[in-house]
Amino acid sequence: MSLTGQRTRAGGPAQTADHTQPGRRTRPPRPARRADRRKRFRRDRLLLVLLAPGVAYLLAFQYLPLAGNVIAFQDFVPFLGIEESAWVGLENFRRLFSDPAIWQAVWNTIQISVLQLVFYFPAPIALAIFLHSVQFSWVRTFVQSVVYLPHFISWVIVVALFQQMLGATGLLNNWLGDAGLSTVDIIGNPDAFKPLVVAQVIWKDCGWATIIFLAALHRVDDQLYEASAIDGAGWWGRLWHVTLPSMRPIIVLLFILKLGDILSVGFEQIFLQRSAVGPEAAEVIDTFVYYAGVVGGDWGYAAAVGLLKGVVAAVLVFAANRVAHRLGEDGLYR
Amino acid sequence: MSNHLTRALNSTVLKKDQRPAWMPPTSPLVVALKAVSLVIILLLVLFPFLVVVSTSLADKDEVIDAGGWVVWPGDLSFEAYSTILAGGVVTRATLISIGVTVIGTAISLVVTIGMAYALARPRLYAGKPIVILVLLTFLFSPGMIPTYLVVQAFGLIDSLAALIVPVTVNAFNLIVLRAFFQGIPDELYESARLDGAGDLRILRQIVLPLSKAAIAVVGLFYAVSYWNSFFGAILYLNDSSKWPLQVVLRQYVLEASPIAGSISSAEAMVSSPNSIQMAVLVLALIPILCVYPFVQRHFTKGVLTGAVKG
Repeated sequence: MSLTGQRTRAGGPAQTADHTQPGRRTRPPRPARRADRRKRFRRDRLLLVLLAPGVAYLLAFQYLPLAGNVIAFQDFVPFLGIEESAWVGLENFRRLFSDPAIWQAVWNTIQISVLQLVFYFPAPIALAIFLHSVQFSWVRTFVQSVVYLPHFISWVIVVALFQQMLGATGLLNNWLGDAGLSTVDIIGNPDAFKPLVVAQVIWKDCGWATIIFLAALHRVDDQLYEASAIDGAGWWGRLWHVTLPSMRPIIVLLFILKLGDILSVGFEQIFLQRSAVGPEAAEVIDTFVYYAGVVGGDWGYAAAVGLLKGVVAAVLVFAANRVAHRLGEDGLYR
Repeated sequence: MSNHLTRALNSTVLKKDQRPAWMPPTSPLVVALKAVSLVIILLLVLFPFLVVVSTSLADKDEVIDAGGWVVWPGDLSFEAYSTILAGGVVTRATLISIGVTVIGTAISLVVTIGMAYALARPRLYAGKPIVILVLLTFLFSPGMIPTYLVVQAFGLIDSLAALIVPVTVNAFNLIVLRAFFQGIPDELYESARLDGAGDLRILRQIVLPLSKAAIAVVGLFYAVSYWNSFFGAILYLNDSSKWPLQVVLRQYVLEASPIAGSISSAEAMVSSPNSIQMAVLVLALIPILCVYPFVQRHFTKGVLTGAVKG
């Protein structure tokens, strides 16, 4: 392939651009490569201008904050800034390990995450299999568009809806009262908080999450079903030997992503309901960071908690991916 | 009997959705069970919306008689809406939310489309490292405290720009659009280039018209996230006069604390507090319910191109 494929600007007929050629098999010597790169830079100037704002955003708001994590090793005072604040080494992390409040938050987070793994994670898989089994495609399409909807509703509204339906003076208790039954105490009850949080997540996102499983189900070759049916597989047999195995890669992938998220359980959702049940039951790592740092002004400490959380999450993803490879799955990356 | 029923169903309704030959006919019992489950699922999702809308539209006496909640209003009354839209806090917050959503979505779309278009070209200068830069953001999040400090350093605290600038590009949306642009046949670029079209012209006259569906989906994702944005406002806006609708909604509906100057006591007498709260809720729902039906049929395509490539 030629290296002369640069585009001419302003009108004139252009030759076939390099863009569309498949990658070179053999690498030319170094000087030629450098010349090639310069050429590509000239050729791609306009594209790079288009790219610039996005890259600037990434660097400023995704990568610069990473560097800002150094304040985890400082007694950070906003007034003094990063240069002037005192360095305290690992002091913030030492404090972290002897602070019962943070461990309460970690424990709450893990409890909620495990409940989500057990109840929320399989829900969309089951719903997708159920919807897929509906033979009328117009019914399927209609139900799909309805169950996707809550995903687009803000947490403020979702929490408000739950409060209106299940709260002490909500609709359900209204009805129970009218029927002469005893009322139920769900909203504002610390014991019911964690199941409630999981129920809200299921209501909001279960439908939306089916989208990817439904697509996986669509791709299953019908002949597999036919062959297994001829071999005598019943409904369960087909589910176990055809449906689930064909969904396995995507299930593994989402499971890995969920593991990486195990220490973050929806800040907004918890934050909105924390005052109703108190921090004892509702404090999670993210809300702890918010209250310690932004509200309490304990910036270095809050950053240390956040940093440790980020590191643990990354390690979990790597580990889960490793396990997936062992099991012969592609996982998140190779 | 059951065979007759299934056969009748098959011949009338199922024309296009014929079950495959190997599949045994579904028994009416199973069909009934499925239908009931579907209705329950639909009710679980839709019923809360129905109650909220009905209560916001019912008149005061009816709401009080019913004990606070109305499932189907007798007489329609728009008093609750005229109360909240009379120019108080809710009105202002609505205008702020509309402004942030419109401006934010426009900026996000322009930046994301430019970036996705450039990254979709093979052998782009510095293309690979930048794609890696994007993908890495999926693996870690930068953390609340350092992000706050960066926003502060840019002087965005207490500015409405803080609701837009720190979330301009969403990596997922970027990947979706890039995958879509990559799916456009190379021959189209080729011939346009032979005709002397530059990159901008190709983007405007070929890529954008072909990608309307993908751009609609990504635009909806952005618009919804701006409209629903709550956390950003809580973090970065101390000045309550700049609060968007979601924050006011939380104050007013969840905490049930009336905001100073929002609704005068005389006005509040006209309709029941429940109606007013529900009216604010509906106000926050309306834009989503209006746009959703037009975009939702493109979801599967949009989400899947992103998922496969990402």
